[in-house]
Amino acid sequence: MKITMPRWFYQLASPKWCYDILGMLSPWLGLAALILLSVGVVWGLVFAPPDYQQGNSYRIIYIHVPSAILAQSCFMLMAVAGAIGMIWKMKVAHIVAKSAAPIGASMTIIALSTGAIWGKPTWGAWWVWDARLTSMLILFFLYIGIIALYSAFENKASGDQAAAILSLVGIVNIPIIKYSVEWWNTLHQPASFTLTKKPAMPPEMWLPLLVMVLGYYCFFAFVLIGRTRIELLEREQKSGWVSAIINEAR
Amino acid sequence: MGYFNSFSDFLNMGGHALYVWLSYAITLVLFLYNLLSLWLKKRAFFTQAKRQLKREQRLS
Repeated sequence: MKITMPRWFYQLASPKWCYDILGMLSPWLGLAALILLSVGVVWGLVFAPPDYQQGNSYRIIYIHVPSAILAQSCFMLMAVAGAIGMIWKMKVAHIVAKSAAPIGASMTIIALSTGAIWGKPTWGAWWVWDARLTSMLILFFLYIGIIALYSAFENKASGDQAAAILSLVGIVNIPIIKYSVEWWNTLHQPASFTLTKKPAMPPEMWLPLLVMVLGYYCFFAFVLIGRTRIELLEREQKSGWVSAIINEAR
Repeated sequence: MGYFNSFSDFLNMGGHALYVWLSYAITLVLFLYNLLSLWLKKRAFFTQAKRQLKREQRLS
């Protein structure tokens, strides 16, 4: 069976086309990230009201929740890109997946460390072996495994395949993270944002959080695009369009 | 200023200064690390690619 996809899908497979389009998007995403993150941090730290129970320590939410969301979104993106790369033999998709891995790992470190710091004044402990925390730690190890697989093979294509398989297997961890707060008795509070229900916080608290989540997404996209473009150049170094770019860069 | 009476009140974060500022500092460091590693990756590629291009031009 041959699945026919629209024209833009095949253009995505052209490294030069991707390099150019991503280069046009990149500065706008960087600017959006800078504005959203600056506004969000000042809003969350200064203008949002304190929590009636936790006081000001709850302000960690503005960096903790977005990083946890991004850590999971990034993993899903890696799995989807890895699958596309394997099904359609699309090199660009593997390059995107590879470029996303270290950013996702750093988001997981932010989520785990800010969570631990928030846990101390709130629960009285830096770390508890709670379902949410443990499944996030597993996510971190999956990221490390995937990053290691990319560099474990002499042949880049084998590394791409192996990492794509691990990210597809590892995707089962994502629903476990999401529902861990419902399936098990945990200390961790339930989700701050859902698509179906109204947030449990007043708008003065969740609006800056929304701004931060959008800012994190833009920052993630900016760094991902930057890494992807350089990886494209590295892998296409033999082709003429890359030589032209190298010549221009001197 | 917002919900705080003074700047020192803001820095104090209602007694949770250590937790709040440590979290924000770690986050800032990791964001900067992402930008730095992107910049280093770019620089490493162009240094290597230019050297190789020069070598090829000398050979031909």
